Amino acid sequence: MSATQNVDYQKKELPKKFQTVGTVLFVIGLIGVIAAYLTDGSRSAFNNIIMLMFLTSIGLGSLFLVSVEFVAGAVWSTPFRRIPEFLSSILLVLPIVVVPLLFKLGDIFHWMHPEVVEADKILTGKAPYLNVDFFIIRVIVFILLWIIFYYFITKNSKKQDTTFDQSLTKRNIKLSAAFIPVFGITISFTAFDWLMSLEPHWFSTIFGVYYFSGSILAAFAAVTLIVVWLNENGYLVKGLTKDHYYSLGAFMFAFTNFWAYIAFSQFLLIWYANLPEETFWFLQRWEGSWIYFSIGLIFVRFVIPYVGLISQPSKMDPKRLIIMSVWLLFAHWYDLYWLAMPNYSKEGVLFSWIELTFPLMAVGIVILLLVQLSKKNNLVPIGDPKLKRGIDFRL
Amino acid sequence: MSEKILYSYTGIFDTPDEIIHAAEKASEYGFKNYDVHTPYPLHGMNKAMKLPPSKLGYVALVVGLSGALAALLLMFWMSAVDYPIVIGGKPFFSFPAYVPVMFEVTVLSASIATVLTMLFIFFKLPNNAHPLNDTLYMKKVSSDKYGISIQAEDNKFNEADVRRFLEDCDAKEITAVYYDKEEINYKHKILEPKFIGFLLFTALLTSGVTYFTLNKLLYMPPFDWMMEQNKLNPQATSTVFDDGFGMRKPVEGTIARGFTPYSFSGQPEAAEVNLVNPLPVSKSVLELGQQKYDTFCSPCHGYYGEGDSRLRGQFPNPPSLHSEKIRTWKDGRIFHVITDGQNIMPSYSSQLTVNEIWAIVHYTRVLQRALNAKESDLQ
Ligand code: HEC
Repeated sequence: MSATQNVDYQKKELPKKFQTVGTVLFVIGLIGVIAAYLTDGSRSAFNNIIMLMFLTSIGLGSLFLVSVEFVAGAVWSTPFRRIPEFLSSILLVLPIVVVPLLFKLGDIFHWMHPEVVEADKILTGKAPYLNVDFFIIRVIVFILLWIIFYYFITKNSKKQDTTFDQSLTKRNIKLSAAFIPVFGITISFTAFDWLMSLEPHWFSTIFGVYYFSGSILAAFAAVTLIVVWLNENGYLVKGLTKDHYYSLGAFMFAFTNFWAYIAFSQFLLIWYANLPEETFWFLQRWEGSWIYFSIGLIFVRFVIPYVGLISQPSKMDPKRLIIMSVWLLFAHWYDLYWLAMPNYSKEGVLFSWIELTFPLMAVGIVILLLVQLSKKNNLVPIGDPKLKRGIDFRL
Repeated sequence: MSEKILYSYTGIFDTPDEIIHAAEKASEYGFKNYDVHTPYPLHGMNKAMKLPPSKLGYVALVVGLSGALAALLLMFWMSAVDYPIVIGGKPFFSFPAYVPVMFEVTVLSASIATVLTMLFIFFKLPNNAHPLNDTLYMKKVSSDKYGISIQAEDNKFNEADVRRFLEDCDAKEITAVYYDKEEINYKHKILEPKFIGFLLFTALLTSGVTYFTLNKLLYMPPFDWMMEQNKLNPQATSTVFDDGFGMRKPVEGTIARGFTPYSFSGQPEAAEVNLVNPLPVSKSVLELGQQKYDTFCSPCHGYYGEGDSRLRGQFPNPPSLHSEKIRTWKDGRIFHVITDGQNIMPSYSSQLTVNEIWAIVHYTRVLQRALNAKESDLQ
């Protein structure tokens, strides 16, 4: 029994201002979103998809990080595993974020119109997969599966805070091992469903991996941002070191490279083969002002974080980590916008208050969830048998 | 025997925790020239010894970037400057295709440079004469113990103090290590004249052997037997014939197998009058003609004979095959141009059989007719 783990953790309330900021952002965002839907329904729906995919990235990606820690028996991340656990609670709000989209499906996906599909050989061929009923079933089943895993994994973890029961770790290892393949399959098909099928004639088999790489990067960025801030302000267990920071920074750096690797692989193969049915997707993103946006993607998502995180000290500097993780979260939104928006606005980049309200609401949701959860729970899994070893982790 | 000089004091510990504490104390005490030896890398040792971050990363960075640049320049030079070839319809300089190669070269050069720099510059290997070699201390710390060695050249070194220091740390087996003066050599071994001489010698030897093999040896018997066969190569001088020509004309009155002589060479008018297309105008003949035309004629004349060459100006564009002149030419005249060539248009008699040429002639008529249809075709 490790009930006697002598770790130095005193639970502190988060400052009130978080609640206020979260509420304000959420309310402004919500009003904005409603106004946006009233002004321009289909444009808002596209923004809504981006928001949905952004929240899915962080929620599902965080749950993946938690389960990888269990399966791999990793200790370095145990002291702050609660943070990805909190973040995966985002999965609970996905059903609400999806709802407005269900009314706009026809505006978003042109394969949802039977007369279009009938006149189109390719879409007819894809109809066994791309049809409204199956699509809705997938959306519901996937979200349900995620929430079930979220519920059990975090429940076990929280229970350990009071019972100190080591067998809960065992149980979570099994759950995580079951979750990881489910995660792999569902995240790929989610990417196909919501993002790739916006352009149903186009296909890229690496697309699921593309979304995966960005998602894990976004999840790491969110975790890093919160962990570094909380730790610098003394909300976490005492004894976290630069080695923990370094590991988080190294993961952000690694996944930045991984994203670039995958994104470039996708581009290179399509560029080389030069098949019109594949290249047109990139050509669309090379038209009008999209060309600047596409070139910008390389810098926003790869060059800047790469340079910003390459040196060893930069991965240990709390300020740099916070800046880079905020930047990477922005970059993820930018990437999702690049994936989705050209299907709505073929002429060029669109930007106005509509595009702003959705991120505001998303950030508001996440802050409120975190504040809520941190009231009821410890910010550190104090009952976890790996906790002490996690604090002692050195590179 | 020369006198023995003190190299260092060593102490042994049983657990990793103890050695980390000892290293912390040593760095706090102010020792600079000391080292710890453990059977495997210990997490947290860098910090305990207060080591500055390693400079090795910069080697990787600089060499890696140079590698990427070198790869880029190399491929640019080869595929866009020195030997431009159209590959897959891409531009000569196509950056995306270079990226994987640049990536590989970056990784390769950076990792090789890092390992070599680490071994030879940072570790100063090979260092067979190191005083700690062949000591009991080294045997222990390379199997299951952890040791610290505080060197005599340290400013704070003082035999009594160091001994006390190690005792304070609870070190076991505190021993002094000595060395012979002439044995020690702190210089980089790779900078030694002997080693550099060895490198130069190896480089000279390998390049010399390569040069000799490729340029001399292969031209000596028995290695040249494949090349020096008992036959005459084209253009070579013959010792058999009086005139010394190796390439002979066929014996008068004979023709080579599979060769159809052409008797109107240089006489287009005669060819036009005397030659008649022997092939019927049938579907299979026209298809053969189309296939051969598309292969052999279309690069210059265009698929429809309009003179729109695909050679991007590397060969002068030919005139259209739809001109009044060609349309009124008899078949024999076109046959003649293909067989004999005309001005800069080369002869195609070695690529095409007589029948194929006649099929092409029919097919040119099809092309012409398509642009200048007769009244009756339109009804
Ligand atoms: C390497 C490019 C090239 C190819 C391949 C080629 N031609 Fe020509 N052809 C020419 C050029 C150049 C001329 C014009 C020669 C001249 O200056 O009289 C020409 C002339 C001709 C003419 C005479 C046109 C005229 O107005 O005098 C005919 C007929 C002709 N080609 C047919 C053919 C046919 C049939 C083939 C395929 C077997 C063929 N050519 C392949 C380059 C080519």
